[in-house]
Amino acid sequence: MRAVESRHAAHAPAAVPRMTALTALIKRDLRIALRVGGGALIGVLFFLTVVVLMPFAVGPDLALLTRLGPAILWLGALLASLLTLDRVFAADHEDGSLDLIVMGRTPLELACAAKALAHWIAAGLPLIIATPVLGLLLNLDAASTSAVALTLLAGTPALTFTGMIGAALAVTLHRGGLLLAVLVLPLSIPVLIFGVAASQAAISGPLWFGAPFSILCALSLVSFVVGPFAAAASLRQGLD
Amino acid sequence: MTLIDLANPTRFMTLSARVLPWLAAATAILLAIGLYQSAVAPDDYQQGATVKIMFIHVPNAWLSMMVWGVMSLAALGTLVWRHPLADVAAKAAAPIGAAFTFLALVTGSLWGRPMWGTYWEWDARLTSVLILFLMYLGLIALWRAVEDPSRAARAAAILTLVGAINLPIIKFSVDWWNTLHQPASVLRMGGPTLDRAFLIPLLMMALAFSFLFLTLHLAAMRNEILRRRVRTLQMRQARASSSEVGSSSEVDSGSREGSASRPEFGSA
Repeated sequence: MRAVESRHAAHAPAAVPRMTALTALIKRDLRIALRVGGGALIGVLFFLTVVVLMPFAVGPDLALLTRLGPAILWLGALLASLLTLDRVFAADHEDGSLDLIVMGRTPLELACAAKALAHWIAAGLPLIIATPVLGLLLNLDAASTSAVALTLLAGTPALTFTGMIGAALAVTLHRGGLLLAVLVLPLSIPVLIFGVAASQAAISGPLWFGAPFSILCALSLVSFVVGPFAAAASLRQGLD
Repeated sequence: MTLIDLANPTRFMTLSARVLPWLAAATAILLAIGLYQSAVAPDDYQQGATVKIMFIHVPNAWLSMMVWGVMSLAALGTLVWRHPLADVAAKAAAPIGAAFTFLALVTGSLWGRPMWGTYWEWDARLTSVLILFLMYLGLIALWRAVEDPSRAARAAAILTLVGAINLPIIKFSVDWWNTLHQPASVLRMGGPTLDRAFLIPLLMMALAFSFLFLTLHLAAMRNEILRRRVRTLQMRQARASSSEVGSSSEVDSGSREGSASRPEFGSA
């Protein structure tokens, strides 16, 4: 089933415009991620588990959990998105469709961006949808929870798009797991800083929410540019 | 002699062998002068003798960033010009840069103990240097994770360039984060109006440490080239002995001799 789909995506006929090839790629990745064996929703389960673990570490003090809430949610989302990252290219590398994408007619940068977008929709968006439920566990009120969800919505694309560089490096080196985490985590520090800062600013002040939030959006926009180019460069350099 | 002439490792080896003793001597002299000047520099009226840690600390911190710049240039050399020595330069620079960064952290925390009353403060500068150190370690881990040097070189080059884009962003965000969380608890040293009595030894030490980096880097590059030659010879030997077992013929000693001066050493 998967091989058939990947053949469809990479061998888009020449007459079909480029956008269609990219939409086909996104659709294919989404379908693979959501079906049996895709494992996109494991990230949400991991997110839930990490957040549930926190009270065991810091104690069931609701006031403290409220104060730490945005930080806990951000850390959980960061780790959960890191966990699923190495599947962005690894699965395609195993069944050979990555080679077809690299050799295909569509520019590799755009194909990488499409794959990252599909990965974010499949693995990042569920985290944001799960945030309100987890906010209840951490005793966050509705305004705080929506603030955290909004910053996650603005910030998690940056995590996916910079993490994609690490995923591309890992797949060309046939190494994954810990090496990927070690390479990607330092790069995600700015996103973490501004994501938590924007949530805190919205909840308790004293800063204006707009300043850290717009920097967070800027980080995402920068990662849209840098991520696909660096990932495509590393795929092109590494897969020969 | 342009940069492209150095693409031949043999030529690089002869040239560097000629330059290296002079560089080492210059480093020793500069370090002696710089250390003497810092030793006789007056104590600060506030910080006392601990101000002398600065003469070691500041050059290390400067070099920790400069080495990443050198590696970024080498990464461009690897990816754009495919210069055969660029990945040797990048690989040799990484541990030296990590060592400078580590020394900057250690001297910084030794200075912080009497000044701030604690070895570690989540000060913006210390924190961003710590992150730089983590990135150096990640880069070294990447170099060590892959056996094939040319494959590792290209991956490390991309990571180095991504890091070069990200380091200013990280520095900026850590500054922002720090001012948000602990306003004005940081004791700033000197500032722009540094007295000449401190400035001259500091600049001398910075020059000496830059020469130290050049010397160490050149020596490490020579070691790396020799290491790759040894690796190539060992692989040839293994191949020769396995083909001896297989067909018991066809091992010309000439090719083994020639490999030592071949331009594209280990990447074959």
